[in-house]
Amino acid sequence: MRTVGLRDRTVAARLRGALLAGLALLAGGCARDGHDATRLHPLYGLAPRLAFTLQDAASAATVTAADFRDRVVMLYFGYTHCPDVCPTTLAKLAAAVRELPPAERGRVRILFVTVDPARDTLAVLRAYAAAFGPEVVGLRGSKRQIDRLAARYRVTYALGTPNARGNYDVTHSSAVFIFGPHGRSDAVVEPADGVPAIRATLHPLASRA
Amino acid sequence: MSALAVLRLLLPWEFSPVALAACALPVAAYLRGLRRCGASDRPERRLRALAFLAGVGSIYAVLQTHLDFLAQHMFWIHRVQHLVLHHLGPFLIALSAPAATLAAGTPPALRRAVRPLVANRFVRGLYRALQQPVVACVLFVGLIVFWLTPAVHFYAMLIRPIYLTMNWSMLIDGLLFWWLVIGPERADAPRLATRMAMLVAVAIPQAILGAYLTFRAVPLYDVYGLCGRAFAISPILDQQLGGLNTWIPPGMMSALGLIVLASRWMRADGDARLGEHRRPDGLAPIAGRVG
Repeated sequence: MRTVGLRDRTVAARLRGALLAGLALLAGGCARDGHDATRLHPLYGLAPRLAFTLQDAASAATVTAADFRDRVVMLYFGYTHCPDVCPTTLAKLAAAVRELPPAERGRVRILFVTVDPARDTLAVLRAYAAAFGPEVVGLRGSKRQIDRLAARYRVTYALGTPNARGNYDVTHSSAVFIFGPHGRSDAVVEPADGVPAIRATLHPLASRA
Repeated sequence: MSALAVLRLLLPWEFSPVALAACALPVAAYLRGLRRCGASDRPERRLRALAFLAGVGSIYAVLQTHLDFLAQHMFWIHRVQHLVLHHLGPFLIALSAPAATLAAGTPPALRRAVRPLVANRFVRGLYRALQQPVVACVLFVGLIVFWLTPAVHFYAMLIRPIYLTMNWSMLIDGLLFWWLVIGPERADAPRLATRMAMLVAVAIPQAILGAYLTFRAVPLYDVYGLCGRAFAISPILDQQLGGLNTWIPPGMMSALGLIVLASRWMRADGDARLGEHRRPDGLAPIAGRVG
């Protein structure tokens, strides 16, 4: 037991440092625990840039992320037979766009990517997207194209087993990813987030776009 | 299920050359080392080889098969993944004491290239600092708490570089911790009693955290619902299963570690009573460092 004093002091100092760091972390964690409805989760450009190749339901043309380079994009995965989550989400996003100054509205696009291309034909998707507003773009693709896009943003979906009448449920991500100009990831919308929080994120992006 | 579907489950969800190399190269060196050391029928050696291969294999399986996809989209499977990365895999590797076999199987040129890195003063200092018992325990529990902090976990699951940092930090810390606690006996290791205390010390906060997750009635990790779960179970059930996985199996790993150390203690005690003051490997008698 030669250097007991010294050893104990350094160990105590390290322990104190670790405790302080832990406390700081917990404080940060608790602050975020209660959902802050006025602010979206920022992404700081850390999620991959927007990239995809899909078919636009309105024009039946193949579109890529480059076609939306100068736009503020909200990316959402869903399906038109969705009973509740998809329509309410799309309505909420469209409402947030309508609350922007008129000059900025045209700079925002809501990309609705169907994960159920078997039932969502181009015609079905076109009518569905148009019902929510001119800024909603229905996008459809092969399973491979959709899977790649979903994996890129670390989200998933699953098709349920069809019932006797051939209907089936689809479980899918509820996340909406917001991209600024040039496809830079900016924020993610959770189901609990409201129109004001979405509008507050869109406004600075759209005013610069 | 068709053979093709099975193959798809065994293929990586997100291929990582680093993960492949980190698992394949040590296994190659180990098998080469085994051959070089000559065939041995001693069951102990065979068990050790089995432990090493199972340890590396389990780590590869949770990183580079479809399990990784499930771990990204189901909280409780994420907890299973971390149980392997932070506990089971490193535990088996440390138990197998593979250093000599690995060294025997490593090409001399590579060994020469690694030597300055191992001898580097900064590396040695960092290693010694991380292997202080108190630091090692705080780091072991601290990493679990850090990555399970809801705000941190949210980004870890959504952003790939953060996800990879999380998994690799758990694996590296697991290797450091279990190597320190149940690795082969060596002169600079803490006393057996200290290491037994470490196992108890890390088990208690993990049990508290696991119980908290199990009994908390509010879902803490929205990110799984946000990104979509791999199969339909309620967020609370997912969290409860994850909590149990944070609570029970880590406690069992500590208990297993205690059994390993206790058996070494008893063996050392027996050696000392027989008057064996020098072990054949030239290390100081274990009994001298007990208690």
